[in-house]
Amino acid sequence: MNKKIKKIKKNNYKYGFYTNIKSKTFPLGINKKIIKKISKIKSEPKWIKNLRLKAFKYWKKLKYPNWSNLNYKKINFNFISYFSKIINNKKKNNKKIINTVKKLNLPINNKKKKVAIDFIFDSISLKTTYKNILNKKGIIFCSFNEALKKHSNLVKKYIGTVVPYKDNFYSCLNTSVFSDGSFCYIPKGVKCPIELSSYFRINNNLIGQFERTLIIVDEGGYLSYLEGCTAPIRVNNQIHAAVVELIALKNSTIKYSTIQNWYSGNNKGIGGIYNFVTKRGVCYDNAKITWLQIEKGSALTWKYPSCILKGYKSIGNFKSISFTKNFQQIDTGTKMIHLGKKSKSTIISKSICLDNSINTYRGLVKINRKSKKSKNFTQCDALLIGNKCISNTLPYIIVENSNSIVEHESVISKIEDEQIFYCNQRGINKEKALTIIINGFSMDIIKDLPLEFFLEAKDLFKIDFKNSVG
Amino acid sequence: MLNINKLYVKINKKIIIKNLNLKIKKNNIHILMGPNGSGKSTLSYVITGKPKYKIINGKIIFNKKKINNLLPNKISKLGIFLTFQYPIEINGITMYSFLKNLIKKKKNKLKIIKKNLKKLKINKEYLKRYFNVGFSGGEKKKNEILQMLILKPKFIILDEIDSGLDIDTLNLIFKIIKEYLFLNKNSSLLIITHNTNIINYINASFIHILYNGKIILTSNKIKKTINYINKYGYNNIKNIKLL
Ligand SMILES: Nc1ncnc2c1ncn2[C@@H]1O[C@H](COP(=O)(O)OP(=O)(O)OP(=O)(O)O)[C@@H](O)[C@H]1O
Ligand SMILES: [Mg+2]
Repeated sequence: MNKKIKKIKKNNYKYGFYTNIKSKTFPLGINKKIIKKISKIKSEPKWIKNLRLKAFKYWKKLKYPNWSNLNYKKINFNFISYFSKIINNKKKNNKKIINTVKKLNLPINNKKKKVAIDFIFDSISLKTTYKNILNKKGIIFCSFNEALKKHSNLVKKYIGTVVPYKDNFYSCLNTSVFSDGSFCYIPKGVKCPIELSSYFRINNNLIGQFERTLIIVDEGGYLSYLEGCTAPIRVNNQIHAAVVELIALKNSTIKYSTIQNWYSGNNKGIGGIYNFVTKRGVCYDNAKITWLQIEKGSALTWKYPSCILKGYKSIGNFKSISFTKNFQQIDTGTKMIHLGKKSKSTIISKSICLDNSINTYRGLVKINRKSKKSKNFTQCDALLIGNKCISNTLPYIIVENSNSIVEHESVISKIEDEQIFYCNQRGINKEKALTIIINGFSMDIIKDLPLEFFLEAKDLFKIDFKNSVG
Repeated sequence: MLNINKLYVKINKKIIIKNLNLKIKKNNIHILMGPNGSGKSTLSYVITGKPKYKIINGKIIFNKKKINNLLPNKISKLGIFLTFQYPIEINGITMYSFLKNLIKKKKNKLKIIKKNLKKLKINKEYLKRYFNVGFSGGEKKKNEILQMLILKPKFIILDEIDSGLDIDTLNLIFKIIKEYLFLNKNSSLLIITHNTNIINYINASFIHILYNGKIILTSNKIKKTINYINKYGYNNIKNIKLL
């Protein structure tokens, strides 16, 4: 039994395995030729190729971003491969993929768990489930690649409208080299009967993953969307730079939940994914977008799921737990841009900070001059464990009219020794006690997760704290 | 059962307990009284192994085992239980999800908890509430006794379990405690209290007076001692021997 425990402790990240599978991988480096090659291998429409090249031209002129709260070695974009696709037509490979799916505990071909899933492995979507059932309701759910071919008009109408390629360094890079992703369209008045999800897996050693998700929910529609991600344990850093665009048309609702569990590096800060993600949604009249995120993995995270509250009485919510340990650095938060009258936003950010990690909340609430009688409520709570970690709260608030209300609360607390001792006195050991307290701290947010994720999230905080607390 | 020998305890560079000796046999009830700040809670914390309560001298022996340096959860596992003077709250964790950690058995956890809730006349709706959050003072104390019933300890320290309880709850809690001792014949009890009516609730075999970190009086004449305290307070307690 001792051996077993040791094994678990050594390797807490249970998705750190590598699938040894033959694949076609592009040579390292980024240039026009590579971009054309990506476009060609995907035999995509010409307009998208032009968009890529336009974005690339712009990207080359951009300055490498430097954020105050992140420390890391500069990324060399010519040491990355921008495309890797497994060679599919062999039976052996299929078996390996099925095995991988099993190990990742994905609900593919699982009749009990009703979740439609788009499984993206390195640069390509391998499988999208429940497509037919969804089709009957007029719901489109497929890989981005397929959408480019079959629903070109819809994609063309909306791509880049929420996150333009010029938005930032990584959205621009993504637009140039994105390889695949998920696409979803919910027609007017349709409530999507099951959860839809994307699962991102980085497997190959050298690639960066650049995928896009585009979700459009038409008037009066409803969608709950989940996103999960993992990667093997490696000593080198790998980059993941995604773009997610949500369009919530009149009276519609989108709930987008993420469990980000990329490999985070070891306890000396070696390895792990660099996660640079641009996520943003636009809400028309009476529409509502809720971003829910559990940020647990990655060596480095830079991510601000945001809402443009364009419509009258539109609603934006951001609920986040970020959990950092070892040498992890997370810089996350949201932007709530109020444009419509009587629009409302709520931000609840909880961060849990251990070891030498740095956990920053960065948020912007902007209420436009015309967005009269709007409201924001922001609450940022941080829980520090040990005294080497750093937690920052950086709220930016701009209110341009006089009849809107913005409230901000923020509390930083150290984990209470009294609570731990109390648990100890009841026979509960320190690690378990910390898990209980952290779960309690996060419960406000975890309880809103779709059931499918809820169970996984509860597991996420069962961690080895031995090194974290003296 | 419990044997404390020449104990000195320091917190934050301040010596709180000085040369304390205390012996409690199995199947015994002892009362500990003393003025505010005399070190009663401190003593209960040292016995239960609270970090930062440094033993600079002396020994705590429990059932022939030295427990000075054990981790608090290990001490708990030996069967030592403390009802806290100020029970803590844990936000976000329901009573049920906390309490189930106290039961070793895999099956019937809920049944065990419900059985004990009933004894304490606690509504089972409380299982869904967050641990002690928004509980009244008395409800928190009941929750302490609930955990005692679940854990079935051998040695119990009640740190002011009787402060702030209404008369019915007080009766109920002592009824349950007596019942517990009747069913668990080998268990012992140390009652820390300011309540001079304590003898109306439970029969103890010894009373100790803690004063300035020292036990200055140990007596089996409980009634007489308490009457004296009632009359003269703690300041002249030393003179009690002259009576
Ligand atoms: N963590 C601490 N740091 C500094 N002083 C402390 C600490 N804990 C206790 N003390 C001091 O030790 C002394 C004894 O406190 P303790 O809580 O044991 O008293 P008590 O006898 O239980 O009092 P009461 O009847 O009011 O509950 C007090 O003077 C208190 O201020
Ligand atoms: Mg006390």
